[in-house]
Amino acid sequence: METLIFDQLPPVGEQNVSNLRSLPKTPTGIRGFDDITGGGLPRGRPTLVCGGAGSGKTLFGLEFLVQGAVQFDEPGVYIAFEETAEELTANVRSLGFDLDELVAQKRLALDYVQIDRGDVAESGSYSLYGLFLRAAHAISSVGAKRIFIDTIENLLGGLLDQDVVRSELRLLFRWLKDQGITAVITAERGEGSLTRRGLEEYVSDCVVLLDHRVIDEVATRRIRVVKYRGTTHGTNEYPFLISPRGIDVLPVSAMSLEHAAPIDRIPSGVDRLDTMLGGGGYYRGSSVMVSGTAGTGKSSLAAAFVDSVCRRGQRALYFAFEESPRQIIRNMRSIGIDLAPWVDQGLLRLHATRPTLFGLENHLAYIHEQVRDFEPQAMVVDPITNLNAVGGHADVKRMLMRLVDTLKDREITGLFTSLSNGGDTMELRDAGMASLIDTWMLIRAIELNGERNRALNILKSRGMAHSNQVRELVLSSEGLKLTDVYLGADGVLTGSARLSQEAKDLAAERSTAEDVEQKQRDVGMKCRAIDARIEALKAEHEAEEADLKRFLLGVQKREVKRVEVTEAMAKNRKADAQGEGTALVEGHYE
Amino acid sequence: MNDLQDAPPEPDASAAGPETWELRLYVAGRTPRCLVAIANLKKICEEHLCGRYWIEVIDLATSPQLAKAHEIVAIPTLVRTAPLPKRKVIGDLSDVRRVLAGLEVEPTPP
Repeated sequence: METLIFDQLPPVGEQNVSNLRSLPKTPTGIRGFDDITGGGLPRGRPTLVCGGAGSGKTLFGLEFLVQGAVQFDEPGVYIAFEETAEELTANVRSLGFDLDELVAQKRLALDYVQIDRGDVAESGSYSLYGLFLRAAHAISSVGAKRIFIDTIENLLGGLLDQDVVRSELRLLFRWLKDQGITAVITAERGEGSLTRRGLEEYVSDCVVLLDHRVIDEVATRRIRVVKYRGTTHGTNEYPFLISPRGIDVLPVSAMSLEHAAPIDRIPSGVDRLDTMLGGGGYYRGSSVMVSGTAGTGKSSLAAAFVDSVCRRGQRALYFAFEESPRQIIRNMRSIGIDLAPWVDQGLLRLHATRPTLFGLENHLAYIHEQVRDFEPQAMVVDPITNLNAVGGHADVKRMLMRLVDTLKDREITGLFTSLSNGGDTMELRDAGMASLIDTWMLIRAIELNGERNRALNILKSRGMAHSNQVRELVLSSEGLKLTDVYLGADGVLTGSARLSQEAKDLAAERSTAEDVEQKQRDVGMKCRAIDARIEALKAEHEAEEADLKRFLLGVQKREVKRVEVTEAMAKNRKADAQGEGTALVEGHYE
Repeated sequence: MNDLQDAPPEPDASAAGPETWELRLYVAGRTPRCLVAIANLKKICEEHLCGRYWIEVIDLATSPQLAKAHEIVAIPTLVRTAPLPKRKVIGDLSDVRRVLAGLEVEPTPP
């Protein structure tokens, strides 16, 4: 009944991701696959998995069954047309699945169907009802919700009457649908068509393509959901790995841009750089790219970042494609960064591989696995451009995009170094990648006056009031330092030119200071001289005043004396009138 | 469905020589095709293996577990269990020449 209702469902809008729930899905349990399909395979319907020999079809189906039985409590049936049950059990045990155990627990039923063309004669019409019976018997014996038929098109090769087989297959799939069993059917990849024998005609609800191709001698496995009726799905090719744990579809590139945007910062490990970024460093969870030619200090900047992350007790992951971990530790010691304690404390993991060791997608898968395993707060890929050795520029960009998505999803701050060839094309070459990057720094080597120095500037930094200045990156045994550069007639001055300019400035500053001091001294002395004279004059002034006072006092005393004398003389003369004497005195004066 | 397992009498098995043909016909219910196959088989045996055969008809509709045990995919399927090695013929056995070739039976000239 259920299946009939689904049949009547109109296809949902292609863009409407929220409608993913409208079609019931059965999770496969295959890591990553359920994400790209928005939940798994269509429940109660057959899915065709096609691919060439050795592309991982059987493993896909088996994992679907085993995970169903183990994780989702959905027993399954495996009908094999290729391998014998014994071969198969042995093969999958190497991948960590114990089929015998599941069979014993009645969570899995196996049926190996032998179709040997030379063995069978055909005479007259027949049906494949025997196969139906076997499937039905197996399903009912374990109460199966899942079935995996591998590879049913062997029937088409094993039997002559193609028309019969085709109509019977149609019936079988119809019947499985009616039973509400989620089926996975594998088929060989055909030339110019999905399957060699056109099976896609019968199984049209969901078609998954597995691919195993070799590009530049490097093999990469990819998976693609070609068709998924009635639901949105990721249509890209996704790389996958066959790891000891089974299939790993990796990494999951987000179908939408819905990453969180943390506003808190994570220090870059170089104080001045934090200031240049508007204070505090990079945004947490952002992606940082450091471009530069060889020997400009990209790795050192990365190491400084990692060092500061670990110093705060957080975890960092460092992928190196050029140096071995020991080499990195030794070299970074020369600039005063000791990473060894962080490695010992388990805060830092250094992974060094040659880019050509495996394909680009495998690198990505490996990185992804490590990220998932270690859950770091920061990650470095040094340098990401070395991956160009195993993939085209466009591939590397795609990989970076996936990586950036993964990191953003987990709010891991990622720092990628990018080795440029130099010249004007440098910025252009990286520009394609830079659109994925939040903070992009460029370190240039400036060759002047017979020396080579490093100039760092921030080309962009999203959402930050970052500095537009060029700074000189100085590497010394005390670590990394950013200093101002001088803009002269010949361009920016760095290194010795800067030092000499600094010395000149210092000299000029000094002489000015001396002048001022001299002047101050001179004026001071003059002032003191003037003050002294003022004091002298004051003293003279006081002396004059005192002299005057004394004089006036003398005059007064004499007058008093004269009056006394006159009075005494008048007395003596027995002057009759006071006036007489007075007149005399007055007369004396005249 | 025991009525289908009508092993025909073996009229002169001893007289026919050492080789007895043991044939199993797998059918599923009484579908027209299965009935045709049974009829065709009887006719062929009578004509070409007269007195040297033994037929067992197995109905998988009643014992489906035998489909897996006996490796049956197509219905009807005829299996020669003796003489060894096993031979299989699938279909309603309407093409006599192919049945004989499949069972490796020397046709008896008419």
